[in-house]
Amino acid sequence: MVMDPIKAESKNLDFYYGNLQALKNVSLQIQERKITALIGPSGCGKTTYLRCFNRMHDLYPHNKYHGEIILYPDEINIISPSVDPIEVRMRISMVFQKPNPFPKSIFENVAYGLRVRGISNRSILSEKVEKSLRSAALWDEIKDRLHLPAFDLSGGQQQRLCIARALATDPEILLFDEPTSALDPIATGKIEELIMGLQEHVTILIVTHNMQQAARISDFTAFMYLGEVVEFGDTDNLFVNPQNKLTEEYITGRFG
Amino acid sequence: MEDIKQRIKISKYWNSLFWIIGFLSTLVGLVLLLVLMIDLFMDGAPRLSYKFFSSFPSRFPEEAGILSAWVGSFLVLLVTAGAAIPLGVAAGIYLEEYARKNWVTDIIEINIANLAGVPSIVYGLLALGLFVYLLKFGETILTAGLTLALLILPMVIMATREGIRAIPGSIREASYALGATKWQTVQWHIIPYSMGGILTGVIIGLSRAIGETAPIITVGALTFIAFLPASPVTSEFPFISFKWLMDPFTVMPIQMFNWVSRPQKAFQMNAAAAGIVLMGMTLLMNGVAIYIRYKFRKKIRW
Repeated sequence: MVMDPIKAESKNLDFYYGNLQALKNVSLQIQERKITALIGPSGCGKTTYLRCFNRMHDLYPHNKYHGEIILYPDEINIISPSVDPIEVRMRISMVFQKPNPFPKSIFENVAYGLRVRGISNRSILSEKVEKSLRSAALWDEIKDRLHLPAFDLSGGQQQRLCIARALATDPEILLFDEPTSALDPIATGKIEELIMGLQEHVTILIVTHNMQQAARISDFTAFMYLGEVVEFGDTDNLFVNPQNKLTEEYITGRFG
Repeated sequence: MEDIKQRIKISKYWNSLFWIIGFLSTLVGLVLLLVLMIDLFMDGAPRLSYKFFSSFPSRFPEEAGILSAWVGSFLVLLVTAGAAIPLGVAAGIYLEEYARKNWVTDIIEINIANLAGVPSIVYGLLALGLFVYLLKFGETILTAGLTLALLILPMVIMATREGIRAIPGSIREASYALGATKWQTVQWHIIPYSMGGILTGVIIGLSRAIGETAPIITVGALTFIAFLPASPVTSEFPFISFKWLMDPFTVMPIQMFNWVSRPQKAFQMNAAAAGIVLMGMTLLMNGVAIYIRYKFRKKIRW
């Protein structure tokens, strides 16, 4: 396996919801400008792991991290209490399971991340919004109705809007938490195509419930079970020739 | 077979019986309200005229009007809204978004719920001690407005919290995930999206405040006032004056009470007419509240 530059790396990561340990000793390397997929049955900790990367767990009480997630090239430990979660979230964006646009206009949805950063110059905003919507393959469909409410869009369009919103601030890593689980197959196809195109610009970490999806779009796959990484490797290898018996049982559909 | 049919028949009989009891119970409230309103109208409607609104109270019932009372009510409500909205909304936001959930916030929460049930005259006593004697605001519009603000504060806080709770967590997460601070999230999402609920609560609160009599009497509203407070708009720079805050006043329900306590029949008619106006004001405010709620519901979807 040829190793590309590493963008982020978790080392011996443990995570607790109160007294409940949800992640055990997770160590993974996320390669730059590649798509890394996290698969595993419900409750295996894949979403918990993903949400460590932009410190979403800090929003709720009684959550604890142990270990490290190192972000390269500056080698900061993004889960360290001395690192401001807001700074982490400005560098690492997230797209959620269900499309969650704000009840505002399409334009304001995409511009929000920029406004949070204090940008209010109209022409800069317009330019960035257009660029992000183009990257999210949404521009041509909605360029004439940027000022209509985001809720007028279809579910798939809403999710692409959320992707555009996450892209607008040029994140270093983009996190996807089962981004197509609420969408129909056609919308899902479009999102998958979009994600594969995005890896030219951004490192992608995606949680998916759908093994075929992981096989179709990712370069690397980690199979998680009961809060641990059971197997991690090149996607093609992992699916064709799993080393671990549990992995094999999961990908052949014997449990999950 | 016969047995089951018999059973069903008996069950259905009880069912119809409750239908009738329920219907009659509903009717009692409705009919009483209707009778009350018709009675009020029959007594008071002949007195309703422009002159009734533009005249001061008088010894002669035919010349007496509610000018000082409705102006007083309006100005008092202005102070009430001005004090209760910022305080209540800020407290509601703090409790929902900022405060840690622990036993201290639990106690605060229980206390706010209890405050909503405190009899209004007790607020009057509190205000008499605090605003009139301690802070020396006197028996003024300011004192009355602040008293009513205290009275409706729990309602505003609870309406704010309800409004905020209706916002799905996914919207908050979306905002935080883009690197927003708590205040940015509150300012750009929480406040605008809960505004419908907040305004509805505020208006319902104000429509309760406008009818309150006991605490206003306690803080020393006058029952007979034949002059208006200083005008808030002046001809000299800076064109706005707050002198009216410190003027004595009366309000609609007190004017009504004053007339009801007179022996002459003609004053009773005035009281009924003032009652119609007061009820109209309350209904109008509730109507506005319903309209605002409808408007915001239509505008915001999740």
